[in-house]
Amino acid sequence: MDNKNGRFGIHGGQYIPETLMNAVIELEEAYNHYKDDEIFQNELTELLNNYANRPSGLYFAEKLTRELEGAKIYLKREDLNHTGAHKINNVLGQALLAKKMGKTRLIAETGAGQHGVATATAAALLDMECVVFMGEEDTKRQALNVYRMKLLGAEVIPVTSGTATLKDAVSEAMREWTSRIDDTHYCLGSVMGPHPFPIIVRDFQAVISKEIKEQILKVEGRLPDAVIACVGGGSNAIGSFYNFIDDKDVRLIGCEAAGRGIDTFETAATINTGKLGIFHGMKSYFCQDDEGQIAPVYSISAGLDYPGVGPEHAYLHDIGRAEYVPVTDDEAVEAFEFLSRTEGIIPAIESSHAVAYAMKLAPQLEKDKIIVITISGRGDKDVAAIARYRGENIYE
Amino acid sequence: MSKIKEAFHNKKAFIPFITCGDPDIETTKKLVKEMVKNGADLVELGIPFSDPTAEGPTIQGANLRALNGGINKDKIFNMVRELRTEDGISIPLVFMTYANVVFSYGAERFFKTCQEIGIDGVILPDLPFEEKGEFEDISESYGIDLISLVAPTSAGRIAMIAKEAKGFIYIVSSLGVTGTRSAITTDVASIVRVVKENTDVPCAIGFGISTPEQAVKMAEASDGVIVGSAIVKIVEKYGRDSVKPVGEFVHNMKSAIS
Repeated sequence: MDNKNGRFGIHGGQYIPETLMNAVIELEEAYNHYKDDEIFQNELTELLNNYANRPSGLYFAEKLTRELEGAKIYLKREDLNHTGAHKINNVLGQALLAKKMGKTRLIAETGAGQHGVATATAAALLDMECVVFMGEEDTKRQALNVYRMKLLGAEVIPVTSGTATLKDAVSEAMREWTSRIDDTHYCLGSVMGPHPFPIIVRDFQAVISKEIKEQILKVEGRLPDAVIACVGGGSNAIGSFYNFIDDKDVRLIGCEAAGRGIDTFETAATINTGKLGIFHGMKSYFCQDDEGQIAPVYSISAGLDYPGVGPEHAYLHDIGRAEYVPVTDDEAVEAFEFLSRTEGIIPAIESSHAVAYAMKLAPQLEKDKIIVITISGRGDKDVAAIARYRGENIYE
Repeated sequence: MSKIKEAFHNKKAFIPFITCGDPDIETTKKLVKEMVKNGADLVELGIPFSDPTAEGPTIQGANLRALNGGINKDKIFNMVRELRTEDGISIPLVFMTYANVVFSYGAERFFKTCQEIGIDGVILPDLPFEEKGEFEDISESYGIDLISLVAPTSAGRIAMIAKEAKGFIYIVSSLGVTGTRSAITTDVASIVRVVKENTDVPCAIGFGISTPEQAVKMAEASDGVIVGSAIVKIVEKYGRDSVKPVGEFVHNMKSAIS
């Protein structure tokens, strides 16, 4: 599906300053070498299994299934990974790759802070320097993760430009990379940006769907009817979808953050409300105005609060292979609370968007149907923000 | 022949950059006229973008001020049209903006408009050699030069870029984003040498140049110098009253390299 110029249909490409071209070419060459290198893959598998706690469980949510009176629901427990989210899968891969390339310093952007924490963790483990760019707005929403990164030895730089959220953190990380390339790898956190990042990040996250497939075949003896995941840039979603793309009977459903609704300006549902454009190194769909200015998007979830979407998702949407549905703040918060009560699992507010859509879909399906929801991360980081959403003045 | 070449005829070119609409489009127009009067050989006009990833804080700030002031492409196009028809500005003018600004307007419509109003070239810092096919055929069909950039990290790519370059080649003096620098450490002379071996398209150096001394050094190594942030800083400081100090700055820089 992807060709060597990094295109997914019309999407993707390398729309970046000339200053970075040799860096991404070097990265692509290194990745193409190491992805087939047995020693590299063994080292990575060792880290994933013994450090990050893979494989993550596929848990049959019996109570949730009973409550919703429809399809059987399984939860892919990426929240149980070390550092509490799927982000570690990609970070361990990229950090190891960077180390092999002779880089000594990792820079990263982060929204909710999960990717920043994962990068800071890998940097600590592999003896690398780490600098994380985070929108100032997000450093307030996710103060605990900021301290966590500092505890791990990373420097956190609050970004005040633009809307001071995830898109500005990406812009600032790109600016930093253009000024310091020799010793620095930009550890991009999602399936976005210039080629080869969308492919590298997808490959490192594809372990999610590889495991789901093995696990569901073992317990159910067949493939699921639907796989549901939340989509910001789209890394946990592409990881959950990838090994099912050729299995046409498996519905792939990405849940976008609709914020206060897709009929308002306070939304981050890119595929549902955006237009084709060129930004952050890629051609894809972006929330933007008629002048091509990138829109100041909004979602309760800092991790989904991004005006673009990865090029492979844009392509899966174009060809109708995956469906992308909007989920509002209200729906996500209700799902956050519902899963906590029914299963004793507090999902990240990002993952709660996927849970919310499953709560709509499951009751419409027969009881012999199977749904897998990827719980991309744990919700501890969101507890104080949800309390405030419900009018309780709790601060971390 | 590209009209841009005229800016480099028998002299070192001085190329100032300003962000359109900062602080307002009327001032931008006065600034262009004043800069031309004081020796500018080509003017780079920035069309603001919400997220200018190649810019440092100074020009980011200018983009933000211009957008908050309600600037849009039609106002900028009108200003250029008036500069050409009413004010008799005849030196080459190029737009500097980002790929999405062109793409969202419709590339065909954008370059057609450029031709109609009298724009000679377009610089898109997020459109490297590998992606220039996105707009190249359309820009050529309207006679607009898509300007290529060469960076300190372009080793092994300079010949390839130079061979297909149009108008002039923008040599990025330093790593990082736009903004003034106390020293430029890149060996620009060796970059220029490879450029000259592969094309007769002129080359100018930009990024980080703010003093006449730096300008002289860079002009000696190439065919001209581009100065952006240093001028935008004056505009930021004096706002609508920046026309005279900007004119003086351009005069000093042009005199230094002449």
